Amino acid sequence: MKRVALAAAVTLGVGIAVGMTPAMAAMPKQGGQMIVSFKDDMATLDPAIGYDWQNWSIIKSLYSRLMDYKPGTTELVPDLAESYDISPDGLTYTFKLRSGVKFHNGRTMTADDVVYSINRAVDPKTQSPGASFYHSIKGYDDVTAGKADHLAGVSAVDPSTVKFELANPDATFLQDLALNFASVVAKEDVDKWGADYGHHPDGTGAFYMSDWTLGQQIVLERNKDYYWPGQPFLDKIIFKIGQEPLVSLLQLEKGQVDVLGDGIPPAKFNEVMNDPKLKKLVTSGPQLQTVYITMNVQMKPFDDVRVRRAVNMAINKDRIIKIINGRAIPANQPLPSRIPGYDPNYKGYPYDPAKAKELLKEAGYADGFQTELYVNNIDPNPRIGQAIQQDLAAVGIKAAIKSLDQANVIAAGGTPKTAPMVWSGGMAWIADYPDPSDFYGPILGCGGATQGGWNWSWYCNKDIEAEAEKADSIIDPGKQQERYEMWRKIFIQIMGDAPWVPVFDEIRYTMRTARIGGDPSLFNDPIHIPVNYNNVYAVDAQ
Amino acid sequence: MATYLVRRLLQSILILIGVSLVTFFLLYIVPADPARQIAGRSATPEVVENVRKELGLDLPFYQRYLRYADHLVRGDLGRSYLQKSRVSELIASRLPATLLLMVGAIFCELTIGLTMGLLAAVWRGSRIDQALMVMSFIGVSAPQFVVGIILLYIFGVYLGWLPIGGYGHFANLILPSVTLGILGAGWYSRMMRSSMIDVLREDYVRTARAKGMAPATVIVRHALPNAILPIVAMIGIDIGYFMSGIVVVESVFGWPGIGQLAWQAIQRVDIPIIMGVTLVSALAIVLGNLLADLITPMIDPRIKLR
Repeated sequence: MKRVALAAAVTLGVGIAVGMTPAMAAMPKQGGQMIVSFKDDMATLDPAIGYDWQNWSIIKSLYSRLMDYKPGTTELVPDLAESYDISPDGLTYTFKLRSGVKFHNGRTMTADDVVYSINRAVDPKTQSPGASFYHSIKGYDDVTAGKADHLAGVSAVDPSTVKFELANPDATFLQDLALNFASVVAKEDVDKWGADYGHHPDGTGAFYMSDWTLGQQIVLERNKDYYWPGQPFLDKIIFKIGQEPLVSLLQLEKGQVDVLGDGIPPAKFNEVMNDPKLKKLVTSGPQLQTVYITMNVQMKPFDDVRVRRAVNMAINKDRIIKIINGRAIPANQPLPSRIPGYDPNYKGYPYDPAKAKELLKEAGYADGFQTELYVNNIDPNPRIGQAIQQDLAAVGIKAAIKSLDQANVIAAGGTPKTAPMVWSGGMAWIADYPDPSDFYGPILGCGGATQGGWNWSWYCNKDIEAEAEKADSIIDPGKQQERYEMWRKIFIQIMGDAPWVPVFDEIRYTMRTARIGGDPSLFNDPIHIPVNYNNVYAVDAQ
Repeated sequence: MATYLVRRLLQSILILIGVSLVTFFLLYIVPADPARQIAGRSATPEVVENVRKELGLDLPFYQRYLRYADHLVRGDLGRSYLQKSRVSELIASRLPATLLLMVGAIFCELTIGLTMGLLAAVWRGSRIDQALMVMSFIGVSAPQFVVGIILLYIFGVYLGWLPIGGYGHFANLILPSVTLGILGAGWYSRMMRSSMIDVLREDYVRTARAKGMAPATVIVRHALPNAILPIVAMIGIDIGYFMSGIVVVESVFGWPGIGQLAWQAIQRVDIPIIMGVTLVSALAIVLGNLLADLITPMIDPRIKLR
């Protein structure tokens, strides 16, 4: 599973076309179509259920939410909401809804639909993987425990006003409302289709689904009633399903496919980048993702901070990046560079095997020690595992590689005192939303250090936990910079304890034909993978 | 004959029960936790527990199996964990594509395999024979993934004669059928060759030749029908080979059949789909073998079914 963040969907300032950078002042003409290839069939298009990189962006285009992000930025803006108001204590959020928004079935959306949709996402019967994002809403615990059938804290004040009451302040609550799980669905359609709703989506988004032939194609067509005037630009998007990425690349070269949904096949990467004609079709940029090595601080000898620092100095990150054809930039801290709170001035641990050996000697491991490194068995991870193994051997650490499938590595990482070291590649953490707290709680905080959790270093620092809580009690949007600054310090402090070796931030490469136009940022939107469907346009329609 | 059929049917049912039990057990001991997978990485333990209860994953193994078997007897294969749709509908919507591909593959393996075997037998020991047997060896041993990609490259990209993957037109069917049929063609060419060589040594062939019949007529009218018959009986068994091949071939060519469905379900630990496709494949193999056994005595009266 993979999740995304940062929705850069359609946004309009008052009367000004956004959805593109200011440099592109004129709004593109509507029309034309785009063909996107995917290897796997869509699991579901139910916004409460869909939680993989493939359906995430399609759901974004089919549905809309109270909040969204300005394209290419991490700036939250109201979308279905016209405006919102947060009470001084941070416990009450009141949203005024945009008027005249219609579902694809023709009915006008009201506040009751928003209330219904949030309740549906949290209802245990829905089995939504996103339910816990709404834990701070009053009554959440009663609903998950089965003691209540709806959230006490969500209500429709009048047909165009929704009120959320929280049990405790939550700095990321607005971000939670921009997640797909908070998409507004029409109750009559959910009731009509029941368990098959995921194949019959009906939202208020920029496109509606006109066809889904299982295993073959999904077709989206432009919603003519969409509430942002003039958008989206494409008349039609066809998702061709079931093709091997290698075959899709051949089709793209023949002009039968416009965008490679699964990216450039790794085996063909160098060939594409060395061909000037093909290289022109490739856009690249970092993702909201970080890849790292965890060291289990509850297991010897990683309970000694000197050993963990030594490992940080032993790893040659540049060499690891060469293994993946240079498709990454080296990392020195848990946050990827596009997340607010990232510290561009922090230098991290240098690659210095001699110093690493000294530290090991100081810790009483002059002759090194034996340990195990768990890696995902899908290429290139076993090869990266071997590179890490060699780097460790150079300072005297003998690491045996345990190469297992993804589910097994995740299970081992989440079981106490089982995996001394884990290479996170192939299971890397991708942000749900562009906020630093998403890179702490589940993967470095005490809450994630439980059976089945994602904190595979089992690091739990009470001081930092208190700092994090303090940072996240700042809910005033005007004080966000202060909050980000607190998070920056927290992550640098964590690096002092060195529970991880941050290794790299992967760069995403998107390939599309010249037929599809738009600002380069739209082809590398960190949330909209592979491209921002709502904002790209057809060149032949201009 | 009737007792034979009854016995074979009972055996088939036992085989299917065995397959379902073994598959169910294997999926049970897989450490991946479907409830966790569905609940997502940010789920609290309570949410995961709720999902587990909803799916009945909290029950002990035998109860889970009995529950599944109970539904199965009533023709209910359950619902997909992720897509939430009925597994029977998912399989039914993809079965026609797989069957079409199989028909295409059977046609390809027979035309390619039998022709090659016939030519090799007629010119046995010659350069043609050697070349054909090398080709059949390659056909038998080449990985289908590689064959598929090479064929796509030659006929789809380089020559541009056939579409690059896809579904819906006759032209789409050709490359996947050839890819899936090539393995069988390799086997059939070898069987055909030896069967043909045997037949050509038979007395009646010699008699026909002695009568002064043209060599081509002897081969086509007298030798060929007798050489082909034992081979045709093997087609039923091929279904088993196809079932393993379709997973690869369907994903290479984007063919929307049950192989592709199974492959995606395996990656997502969607147990009801994996179970469903396994059972349907097992059923196909059982029926295929039964078919082969029933055809054989019709072709060769010396074989009796008991």
